[in-house]
Amino acid sequence: MGSPVHRVSLGDTWSKQVHPDIQSERHMQSFDVEQLTKILDGGAQNTALRRKVESIIHSDPVFSLKDNYFMTQNEHYEAALKKKFHIQMLAQRLGWSEDSRELGYAYRSLSGDLALGVHNIFLKSIRSLGSEEQIAKWAPLCNKFQIIGTYAQTELGHGTYLQGLETEATYDAATQEFVVHSPTTTAIKWWPGGLGWSATHALVQAQLICSGARQGMHAFIVPIRSLQDHSALPGITVGDIGPKMEFDHMDNGFLQLDHVRIPRENMLSRFAQVLPDGTYIKLGTAKANYLTMVVTRVDILLGEVIPMLEKACVIAIRYSVVRRQFRIRPSDPEAKILDYQTQQQKLLPQLATAYAFHFLASSLLEFFHRSYSSILDKDFSLLPELHALSAGAKAMVTDFCAQGAELCRRACGGHGYSKLSGLPSLVTRVAASCTYEGENTVLYLQTARFLVKIYLQAQESPGSTSQRSLPQSVAYLTAPDQTRCPAQRAADFLHPEHYTMAWAHVATRLIKDSAHHLQTLMKSGADWHEAWNQTTVIHLQAAKAHCYYVTVKTFTEALEKLESEPAIQQVLKRLCDLYALHGILTNTGDFLYDGFLSGAQIDVARTAYLDLLILIRKDAILLTDAFDFTDQCLNSALGCYDGNVYERLFHWAQKAPTNTQGNPAYEKYLRPLLQRWRSRL
Amino acid sequence: MNQDLRKERAAASFNPELLTHVLDGSPENTRRRREIENLILKDPDFQHEDLNFLTRSQRYEVAVRKSATTVEKMRKFGIADPDEIMWFKKLHLVNFVEPVGLNYSMFIPTLLNQGTTAQQEKWLLSSQRLEIIGTYAQTELGHGTHLRGLETTATYDPETQEFILNSPTVTSIKWWPGGLGKTSNYAIVLAQLITQGKCYGLHAFIVPIRELGTHKPLPGITVGDIGPKFGYDEMDNGYLKMDNYRIPRENMLMKYAQVKPDGTYVKPVSNKLTYGTMVFIRSFLVGEAARCLSKACTIAIRYSAVRHQSEIKPGEPEPQILDYQTQQYKLFPLLATAYAFQFVGAYMKETYHRINKDIGQGDLSELPELHALTAGLKAFTSWTVNAAIEACRMACGGHGYSHCSGLPNIYVNFTPTCTFEGENTVMMLQTARFLMKSYDQVHSGKLVCGMVSYLNDLPSQRIQPQQVAVWPTVVDINSPDSLTEAYRLRAARLVEIAAKNLQAEVIHRKSKEVAWNLTSIDLVRASEAHCHYVVVKLFSEKIPQIQEKSVQAVLRNLCLLYSLYGICQKAGDFLQWGIMTESQVTQVNERIKELLTAIRPDAVALVDAFDFQDVTLGSVLGRYDGNVYENMFEWAKKSPLNKTEVHESYHKHLKSLQSKL
Repeated sequence: MGSPVHRVSLGDTWSKQVHPDIQSERHMQSFDVEQLTKILDGGAQNTALRRKVESIIHSDPVFSLKDNYFMTQNEHYEAALKKKFHIQMLAQRLGWSEDSRELGYAYRSLSGDLALGVHNIFLKSIRSLGSEEQIAKWAPLCNKFQIIGTYAQTELGHGTYLQGLETEATYDAATQEFVVHSPTTTAIKWWPGGLGWSATHALVQAQLICSGARQGMHAFIVPIRSLQDHSALPGITVGDIGPKMEFDHMDNGFLQLDHVRIPRENMLSRFAQVLPDGTYIKLGTAKANYLTMVVTRVDILLGEVIPMLEKACVIAIRYSVVRRQFRIRPSDPEAKILDYQTQQQKLLPQLATAYAFHFLASSLLEFFHRSYSSILDKDFSLLPELHALSAGAKAMVTDFCAQGAELCRRACGGHGYSKLSGLPSLVTRVAASCTYEGENTVLYLQTARFLVKIYLQAQESPGSTSQRSLPQSVAYLTAPDQTRCPAQRAADFLHPEHYTMAWAHVATRLIKDSAHHLQTLMKSGADWHEAWNQTTVIHLQAAKAHCYYVTVKTFTEALEKLESEPAIQQVLKRLCDLYALHGILTNTGDFLYDGFLSGAQIDVARTAYLDLLILIRKDAILLTDAFDFTDQCLNSALGCYDGNVYERLFHWAQKAPTNTQGNPAYEKYLRPLLQRWRSRL
Repeated sequence: MNQDLRKERAAASFNPELLTHVLDGSPENTRRRREIENLILKDPDFQHEDLNFLTRSQRYEVAVRKSATTVEKMRKFGIADPDEIMWFKKLHLVNFVEPVGLNYSMFIPTLLNQGTTAQQEKWLLSSQRLEIIGTYAQTELGHGTHLRGLETTATYDPETQEFILNSPTVTSIKWWPGGLGKTSNYAIVLAQLITQGKCYGLHAFIVPIRELGTHKPLPGITVGDIGPKFGYDEMDNGYLKMDNYRIPRENMLMKYAQVKPDGTYVKPVSNKLTYGTMVFIRSFLVGEAARCLSKACTIAIRYSAVRHQSEIKPGEPEPQILDYQTQQYKLFPLLATAYAFQFVGAYMKETYHRINKDIGQGDLSELPELHALTAGLKAFTSWTVNAAIEACRMACGGHGYSHCSGLPNIYVNFTPTCTFEGENTVMMLQTARFLMKSYDQVHSGKLVCGMVSYLNDLPSQRIQPQQVAVWPTVVDINSPDSLTEAYRLRAARLVEIAAKNLQAEVIHRKSKEVAWNLTSIDLVRASEAHCHYVVVKLFSEKIPQIQEKSVQAVLRNLCLLYSLYGICQKAGDFLQWGIMTESQVTQVNERIKELLTAIRPDAVALVDAFDFQDVTLGSVLGRYDGNVYENMFEWAKKSPLNKTEVHESYHKHLKSLQSKL
């Protein structure tokens, strides 16, 4: 089987020959890999378009990622800026619009390694929070990069909790200006991307004070750097927050405002306005905007977070069929490490998780888009559910992807520690997603709040709150529940209805328990807030089980739609089974607790799980090939399509600056030490 | 000092100084450690740059400079005792790793263990004085933990009485040795010895790799740095390729095996002694794991006492994030783990020294168990600590991601512990092999002793799953001893299950090796359960030894928390085999919450007791004085990235972007 050209084009000598150990994995194809790629892309047209964009990007040396691992923070930022500039020109020339698929695919093939990412968020925020005049004024400036924007919300001492922000914008009716000010050290804006060196304007979230009254958080456009020479404007202290685990391409910054005056027109005023005399007026509700935020959150999962786990799986699994270590039988050659049960147990559940999350995020997006029309009709009844789903999904997906990518890295042994494996940067990048866009514990608890509320509502008025009115994703809470799992043989545990039911059962029980704990505390005199804090550990558990249930359910539903592709359906079903059983076996306590599963059933489920590992092992390489990442995009010496791991690692290492530049430390410190011996000779 | 931390310290129920003495082993040790630390803190020669602002080659340079001064200063201060050397280096090197580290940890010990007297005379003193710098080249590009798979060859040529060293394939290139890339001029190379046409397996050779005076690679040697890594920036891990490279016969380490001038091979008498170094390093790593987790906990807990966020009750001021139950649930079990591992580390050190004495007297009987235990505990503690450091980092929210928190550095420098000195899964399986052997021994009627003696009870128990009544005890969740018993039962059960599954697979597959692979998940679980039991046991045995009542009380709570948290995480195991009932598991969960509340007032004092200098923590978030935000701002301003107000790329790229679009 010839390898498709687009996958291998590093132009090195080894790619012409595929390593026999990886070649043999591709000999017997139990399903059509190309077809699975098309399904993952959402259709053959998308696959074709994506590959076209990838070939444009990869044929341009400016977009090469190959020196990334050798760069300093400074160089990295500069390279990312250069790429950003280049891609804007390219997009203009080829007519790729801002939200086009083409640009999305271009970002994917560059692994998001572009500067000024927050400029777009600045623009989007103006569009959703600004009046028509404001949009008309600022949007064209943004589009032509006449100004460069950033979004400044978090402060040194304040994060996810918006009301806690300290930055103030006080209206001065005499001059019709706002005075924007950071009253304390903790109020310094901290972390915004693009703020460090790039931005000329910041969208600053600040407490509005007018006519002596505090009106809460509002957004203000604050010019921070001169449009002539880019120097900081008077009253502005701005800079880079210093080195981080990753994200060298992004200049996260700080911003201290010392009584900076901006015109009244710079407050974004779609939903609230300050009149010239200082009168504050509210204009409707920002609820409709909410959906945009919810959609963005899931978009990030699909576009950035999940691909990082997918890539980690590709790299680790490809490496694991090339790497040989120990013998299984003394008479055999050293075995591929993927043939070890322990290696399969590390990697294959991660692969199953990557697929599960792909289908979860896709189906959530679909659901959100369907809900769009009712929201445009000012029907906001779906919002709480959408919010709970997106918050929980974000927390779970980023948590699991971060842990999974790190597991993949460690499964590559020593070589996973080399940056040239590509894994350290994947791990550190995905790790950041656990705290940005909402810290995960906070998000899980938001989901939990929704679950408890729904559950209590359903309890208060059983019958009247019919299942019909219960949001779809929590309908299982009132569905008839079995007290014992009927599965007996290993094969029974591969029935989606059994494991879906098992997850529904555990989630229901935990939600019930968490609500009861809360109520018990309140009955004994604690107020709601105190009681909530005293029960958050169990709420967290309940929200996690709920999210796991939703993922299993969504995966099984996605499988049902693949009737016309039986071979693909079969191989994906194994992944779905593995995902569900892996969750059960790592949380056996929850399933044994009330006797839903017996000890004997757990043992049987474990047998089913071990058998699945062997089956999925056979298709593992094909399943990673189906993600269809190019070698350039993976940028990994261990994970290339052709499997020529060692040659590439040796070759790349020789290009490191440590080998191409001199060693000043030798002259300064080593030589004097070593010379002492020589002098004694 | 920050108000919040002041209040926390005033409210503690015990004096952290007394706990520091316990951790150091004695008040005298604490005194001497601080004395050494002060030598360094007060010496202007030890002033060091913030490594976060340096490039890789700058970091390397600073680290080499530090190693060079270390030699002189230790001589000057008269520091020679191993513990004192460690205290000295820990503070002096801060969070740096030493490019010359392998010279001390591997080159010299191997020379001592395997070199003849003549060889030691030739190389020992000069390597101790860093007049030659050695490294230890074992792993190859394609080969790691499995030593027999190494491909490098050393072929004896009786004509010239030399060995010819070769790296015959790409996969045989030596890869990873620390200090090999740029620093060392000697390496002990492990290679397959071939003489008189026959391969005799791996042997160690002293190989000069760089020319004295120029430091250039010698002819036949290709050597360099393996490139950027996750961490260890200042370490020049290297590669080494040898091409018909000749060394004299005398350069083979010949204390045990020998090659005579005519090429005759003389076999070693016993190989067991080489175990010693490995066991020592692994037991040392357990203590290191404890130390790293203690640092991470110090940073996360102090920061959580300083950071205020959101609200518990509307209208009230933002609470310290340490008051949130979820934050306590994230951090306190990790704090308890740090203490547990501190005591395990101390135990391992003692045991090693005790057994080392026995070995000196020719008694090797305890070595197999110690070997199995260190392998398993190295894996168990490093896996746990790896996840725990990352959990501490996450618990600091966004700021944990900044290098100013110090946590990314702790993590990336710790995480290789999971793979080096024996990959963890391989280590767990070694422990499992010992457990299976012990199990078989018990079944053939012989008793086993030491930490696995619980297996002696198995045949008589004939445990049936789901029959609670057969268990001899009812677990008292407030008694560390009773909880130890529960872990003991779990370990026994998991060992037995692994053994039975292994037997069944052997019968089914007709091959012991295939059966072993197909049971390895169970085997790893059994080893983990065994190690978990050992940790709980050692922690709870430590409690009654603590004299000071107030310290004992707080450690007892940590010990309970450690044990109960583990039960809660592995509830399935305890339920499945009826070690605990459903209602007991509920009680465990409730008790954990009570313990969180009980530990809360002492949390800051408990991390203060680890007694880390600010400079060792390398963290703005974890500062002793708690003045976090002011110093974060100062730190960022010092970053070289802020040297100029306008970044050069503005002129190069931004301006043109604006003009062209």
